[in-house]
Amino acid sequence: MSDTIHIHPGQVGHEVAHDDHHHGHHEQSFVTKYIFSQDHKTIGKQFLVTGIIWAIVGGLFSVLFRLQLGFPGQTFPILETVFGKWAEGGVIKAEFYYALITMHGTVLVFFVLTAGLSGTFANLLIPLQVGARDMASPFLNMLSYWFFFLASIVMISSLFLHTGPAAGGWTVYPPLSALGQASIGSRLGMDFWIVSMALFVVSALLGGLNYIATILNMRTKGMSMTRLPLTIWALFFTAVLGVLSFPVLFSGLILLLFDRNLGTSFYLSDIVVNGEILNNEGGSAILFQHLFWFLGHPEVYIILLPAMGMVSEILSVNSRKPIFGYMAMLGSLFAIAILAFLVWAHHMFVTGLNPFLGSIFVLLTLLIAVPSAIKVFNWLTTLWRGNIRLTPATLFAIGFVSLFISGGLTGIFLGNSTIDIHLHDTMFVVAHFHIVMGVASMFGMFAGIYHWFPKMFGRYLNSTLGYIHFWVTIVGAYLIFWPMHYEGLAGMPRRYLDKSSWASFSQFGDLDKMITIVSIIVFAVQLMFVFNFFYSIFKGRKVTSTNPWGANTLEWTTPINPGHGNWEGEIPEVHRWAYDYGKDGREFIPQTEPVGANESKH
Amino acid sequence: MQTVFIVAILLLGFLITFQIAKASEYVAVLRGEEKAKKQTNKVNAFLLLAFLILGLIGVYYCNETLKGKILGEAASNHGKHIDTMLQITLVLTGIVFVITQVALFWFAYKYQQSDDRKAYYYPHNNKLEVIWTVIPAIALTVLVGFGIFYWFKITGDAPKDAMEVEIIGSQFKWEFRYPGHDGPGGKGVFGKKYFKNITGDNPLGQIWDDPANRDDVYVTGEPMHLVVNKPVRLVINSKDVIHDVGLVHFRMKMDAVPGTPTTMWFTPTKTSKQMAQELGKANFVYEISCDQMCGKGHTGMRGEVIVETQEQFDAWMATKQPLYDKLFVNKPAVTDSTHTPDSTAKSVTAVLLKK
Ligand code: HEM
Ligand SMILES: [Cu+2]
Ligand SMILES: [Cu+2]
Repeated sequence: MSDTIHIHPGQVGHEVAHDDHHHGHHEQSFVTKYIFSQDHKTIGKQFLVTGIIWAIVGGLFSVLFRLQLGFPGQTFPILETVFGKWAEGGVIKAEFYYALITMHGTVLVFFVLTAGLSGTFANLLIPLQVGARDMASPFLNMLSYWFFFLASIVMISSLFLHTGPAAGGWTVYPPLSALGQASIGSRLGMDFWIVSMALFVVSALLGGLNYIATILNMRTKGMSMTRLPLTIWALFFTAVLGVLSFPVLFSGLILLLFDRNLGTSFYLSDIVVNGEILNNEGGSAILFQHLFWFLGHPEVYIILLPAMGMVSEILSVNSRKPIFGYMAMLGSLFAIAILAFLVWAHHMFVTGLNPFLGSIFVLLTLLIAVPSAIKVFNWLTTLWRGNIRLTPATLFAIGFVSLFISGGLTGIFLGNSTIDIHLHDTMFVVAHFHIVMGVASMFGMFAGIYHWFPKMFGRYLNSTLGYIHFWVTIVGAYLIFWPMHYEGLAGMPRRYLDKSSWASFSQFGDLDKMITIVSIIVFAVQLMFVFNFFYSIFKGRKVTSTNPWGANTLEWTTPINPGHGNWEGEIPEVHRWAYDYGKDGREFIPQTEPVGANESKH
Repeated sequence: MQTVFIVAILLLGFLITFQIAKASEYVAVLRGEEKAKKQTNKVNAFLLLAFLILGLIGVYYCNETLKGKILGEAASNHGKHIDTMLQITLVLTGIVFVITQVALFWFAYKYQQSDDRKAYYYPHNNKLEVIWTVIPAIALTVLVGFGIFYWFKITGDAPKDAMEVEIIGSQFKWEFRYPGHDGPGGKGVFGKKYFKNITGDNPLGQIWDDPANRDDVYVTGEPMHLVVNKPVRLVINSKDVIHDVGLVHFRMKMDAVPGTPTTMWFTPTKTSKQMAQELGKANFVYEISCDQMCGKGHTGMRGEVIVETQEQFDAWMATKQPLYDKLFVNKPAVTDSTHTPDSTAKSVTAVLLKK
């Protein structure tokens, strides 16, 4: 990928809205090319590599706390060697356990599945698939990555604080997160967490605004909105969700920072902690939850939509068939994006929420299952009577659909407040969101990586390793999370590190052991994928044709290793939608091909 | 040592896998890529089918193994509604689950790439799409209907004759207060509290000026006692961070929020003894679990409930003395006799603080 093709200023089309092509050719230094690069493709790769590193860290945390859950009380001397006082005698301390789960959640939700997923694929695919030479503002785009990088540095530093990182769960509910007296994880580590997340929000906003501006303004000639591939639509709604909801989280966190450090009482009232009577009166702890979930619920769709978009594209390309019901897919994305803002209180059914309000949220929550169902049916119909190439990407896309079905259906249990009284804050919720969001979106991301790796690096990933990766991961994911629902049905609360003192929850010891062992295996296989990733960047089989999958979209009209600016000559013009597969007996018809005189209509 | 061993095995396994993977790539090139691709396509299509079948068997097996470990019949009126709702949802979603998963993996298997198949150009079908918008919408409306019906029953007002118990969470324990009998019709009324009054002797911060506090019974370090078949309304509080009163056997749950009291009511329908018999567990206890992450002792924030007959309850209550009496009436140590508890709350706390 180093021998990129450079743009020659003379050939650059008038679509270039920015002027960096003047200095963007030939003598680019290493720094401007790989570090402070403004090329959307490089920025996408930066997001991806950072995301992968974070995924290893976050995944490792989960292995550690699963050790505690699977083998409570057992000693692992190596833990003391590595973590010192946090694992005295080789047993994970409660404070450390909570720090681990908090970091695991934060890192995977925000750093991996938001920045790593949207950051990678929005950057890579938006300009390439809408037919633009770069983002609307390559400079802000670069800043977006570097704010993410700063956020990462701050979060990493918090791991090394004397009092440890934040430990109040990824949802950081105050008063716990506001009071250093209540938990050592709420001391300096919590301030670091807030600062890091504030930087993260800045990054998300810079990125999101850029994605929206690019999609709206920089489409190539002929690329009307309804000709956009569904990936782009999904990334568009993702960006809109982020831009509208992240600021709410930001304000919520700033108020929390004030409560922590300036003596304000936004979230605090009537508190006696460790025998100390605090002066705060009149605040509402529940207010924070409203602010948090006003982002939090859209956030889960911020994580999911890009995966949905990529899966739609990959299933269509590899079934050699158009995506079924393009307009319905688009409509359901739109409905999901709207409804995502109107369901947040379903995380708060048992906080003392007014029951009437609760019932409205039940209605809206179950409403969101309708567009979800439409999407599933349309994916199924896309496969129906296709001619399916089971590449690793296709398998991960199929796995995504399977997981989305499983996890979406358990959402219907939780969305019904009556049932949620019993299931709220149990392992059932943990199983639900890991399947539907965690693992499913990971599958979407893997699908995307396997599918677009040739575009990113001009080489293929090793597909045998890819198949092993897929099969171990999907079997493992179900083994881990499916039986976990039963723990939740038994009422086992989440965030318990040792159930042995409980009469009602201690009956799942063997299950917890099994889950731990499987998670270690699955984690090991992810490391194998990471190895495959980095190995293939340098040693993978070379791509020899510009369009290895026989796909219609514009990214495959660029050279194998496109330079900054993407197309060597004029940006191609678009004449049709992205899904003419198998039409009139032709396997695929690229978007750039004019509609023939006697081509059939659809 | 063990860890090193495991890591070594993983590494070795990994190396072998990697070599095989690399070799298979070369072999593919040698044998002709097209042919190799077809081969892997077949293998994976078969695996998808196998995964479907084994997966469905696994789902069944998992259910058989684990269903005995979930809690058995609910022990409260609301709990029965919740279990019914769970079952309705389980059946409906179960049907959808099987149909869609079978379709997904079957299609992937059946329509695997083959030379004699042409993909069918099928971009949309409005009628189909309307059908599968309307059917889920109807199914969900039914679920919402049932759900909200029960929800209002459960969250509606408690019956007039309900007994009341206050439950207060703090890191990492539960405390209880019973209101005595000082209200109209012998029903108890809770005296007022103010958090700044909290001291070692007055753990809830009761305001002693409020006469309603005189017969309030404070209980901690032992189970909460409830009466079978008598509705109970819990008034839920927290002193420090958010906790949650989780009562699995009753299927009930409500957050304990500092500064904002919450309530929930239900009717326990089985005594602890009955449960022990039905479940065949002599040492059965109803447990109160804290369901909201509250700090390092969250896991151990355990309480117990005893459900018993009215007589047993009365006998237990008779052994209790209101906190007020303990502090001021039956405690001869109060030297300043002019200082009756009727003075302002502040001065009382001052007295208490001086001691
Ligand atoms: C059919 C659609 C869905 C419904 C009805 C639904 C419903 C719910 C409800 C009611 C809760 C709160 C449960 C509780 O805390 O007691 C919940 C939790 C959650 N859901 Fe879903 N959900 C659906 C789909 C999704 C999707 C698609 C995602 C992610 C992409 C998702 C991610 C989450 C997460 C992350 C949580 C837990 C957050 C936490 O407490 O840490 N859900 N879901
Ligand atoms: Cu939600
Ligand atoms: Cu707790």
